[in-house]
Amino acid sequence: MLSIKNLHVSVGDKAILKGINLTINAGEVHAIMGPNGAGKSTLSHVLSGKSGYTITEGSVTYKGQDLLALAPEIRAREGVFLAFQYPLEIPGVSNIYLLKAALNAMRQHQGLPEVDAMDFLTLVKDKIKLLEMDQSFLYRSVNEGFSGGEKKRNEILQAAILEPSLCVLDETDSGLDIDALKIVSAGVNSLRSADRAFLMITHYQRLLDYIKPDIVHVLADGKIVKSGGAELALELEEKGYNWVEEQAA
Amino acid sequence: MSEQYLKAYDEHRFVSSLPWLNSIRASAKQQFSQVGFPTQIEEEWRYTNLAILNKTLFLPAVLDNNFLETECLQQHILPDVWSMVLVDGHFNAALSNLAGLPDNTLVMSMQEALVEHPEKIEAYFSQAVSEQESGLIAFNNSWFMDGVFCYIPANCQLEKPLQIIHVSTQANTMANTRHIIALDVSAQAEIIETFIGVDEHYACVAVSEIFLADNAQLTAYKMQSESDKAFHFGGLYIKQARDSQFIHHNFAFGGRVARTDVHTDLGQAASCDLNGLYIGASRQHIDNHTRIEHNQPHAVSKELYKGLLDERARAVFQGRVLVAEQAQKTDSNMYNRNLLLSDKAEIDTKPQLEIYADDVKCAHGVTVGQLDEKLIAYLQARCIDEATAKNMLTFAFANEMVEKVNNKALYKQILAKVLEKFPQKGIEADWL
Repeated sequence: MLSIKNLHVSVGDKAILKGINLTINAGEVHAIMGPNGAGKSTLSHVLSGKSGYTITEGSVTYKGQDLLALAPEIRAREGVFLAFQYPLEIPGVSNIYLLKAALNAMRQHQGLPEVDAMDFLTLVKDKIKLLEMDQSFLYRSVNEGFSGGEKKRNEILQAAILEPSLCVLDETDSGLDIDALKIVSAGVNSLRSADRAFLMITHYQRLLDYIKPDIVHVLADGKIVKSGGAELALELEEKGYNWVEEQAA
Repeated sequence: MSEQYLKAYDEHRFVSSLPWLNSIRASAKQQFSQVGFPTQIEEEWRYTNLAILNKTLFLPAVLDNNFLETECLQQHILPDVWSMVLVDGHFNAALSNLAGLPDNTLVMSMQEALVEHPEKIEAYFSQAVSEQESGLIAFNNSWFMDGVFCYIPANCQLEKPLQIIHVSTQANTMANTRHIIALDVSAQAEIIETFIGVDEHYACVAVSEIFLADNAQLTAYKMQSESDKAFHFGGLYIKQARDSQFIHHNFAFGGRVARTDVHTDLGQAASCDLNGLYIGASRQHIDNHTRIEHNQPHAVSKELYKGLLDERARAVFQGRVLVAEQAQKTDSNMYNRNLLLSDKAEIDTKPQLEIYADDVKCAHGVTVGQLDEKLIAYLQARCIDEATAKNMLTFAFANEMVEKVNNKALYKQILAKVLEKFPQKGIEADWL
């Protein structure tokens, strides 16, 4: 589904990613861990098409297309979903309005008619239950006045409605208490399927107790320095990152 | 220009049997003959030119008893309200509905009040704003035609809003009205003032004096949707006694030249919440002027005015907050946010804080700018293209103020005005 080859990315003159190679197949859950400043968020931003980054070398192929050549909204419509580390507040736009506009933009791209109003309400009400959100959230402005946990749940709600093929979770677990983490994880787990892949970026091994990854990668200084199974995360938790960094050096 | 008004209006003297009123009118006329209409030399009028009053001599609109309900008027009368309709500045009882008001409330036209309750009007008149305030107030004092008197007794809560609708129907005329609204101790009311008119050159001058006794609570809405050719001046002057609350929502959409003054004088621990939204296009000039006086301790004032300007529209925001030496523990904030959608649009914004007390919390801020790139990027990450994202965010900028309207029917009406004023491709109002 996703193939990243020798990806080099800079911000201004500063090289952040220095040759990333990563292949993600449908149905897989990958976790990327690493110390601060390793380039984890940069990777998620580059995949979603955020401006301000220069690709100096390498390629990203998604479902056979050159992902980097696509506008951000086209990537989203093609099924690349980024759950933001810091979801933004949009006063004056209600949650349900955004969900409907997003879903219809995606459907239009796929050549489908606009979603029927009643079907849409049924779908949304079904999904908010999954994330244990109150219906009143739908009619409030996007993320405005939401707690940290509510904002992250809202991101997963959007994913649940848009049903992306590739879900990139950028530190979705950071700052969540254990109850919120359980709800968010249950939401993510319910989205797992054979034709959907996940790339989870996280600082903390704790997330991986709730969402079990197939493969764990360690990102350090702009490169993937080690990959392994779920047990790698436990080892990292115990020994810290210095151990892999030293091994790589 | 003021001379021609003096001369023309001299024929339209409103002689009354009330000596105090005749003396107010005479004094105001004297004042107007000296100062005339405000000019840009005056600091409070620096950014607004009233030459529009010179181009046409707007004479007092004559009473048109044959005026029938129009579809436009019908559309603007809200369901489930007490309504008072002023046609070209004259109260029209047939179009109004005041049935079932609670006992002891007094709601009637100013002309009727001057006959039935002259002592009450005398007690309030010119107590919240004087003829010295500006030439327009002097002009209004001298030649106001009619208006509304509303008195809500102590502890009385109006269970429905009172809607005052100003409708201008005659070209080249002026409707010049005066309201007095008084809420007694712990009374509570909601008043909606609507301004509409035919697509012609006309002028509407409406001055209100509002008195909130101890612990009274008033929520007032102003929906100014005059013709784009009209001149509009609306002045609201409020005296708030201790613990009173005043919430105002000011929507300014119409007028070729439109100016609103909201001045409030806060008693001890009183609060005011001033919200404003102005949307201008073509060559409209929309001026909003607020003054909040903290003269007693513990009062709270919150203010947020937002403006959206397109084409060659120009807007002015002047917000003054005065905190007197004895007004300790004042809590005040004032924000003005503007979005300019065209290179030719212009905003002159001037927040002014004058603080003489030392133990206060005061904040203010002004922004003039464009849409937040980060929000556009967030929407793009949610499948929405850049152009649609910009439309959504522009609409949302205005909608943030519309959403504050608690009255459902009014909310819908204002939302429709915003969409009409600012057609946004792809905004589905039903889903907001």
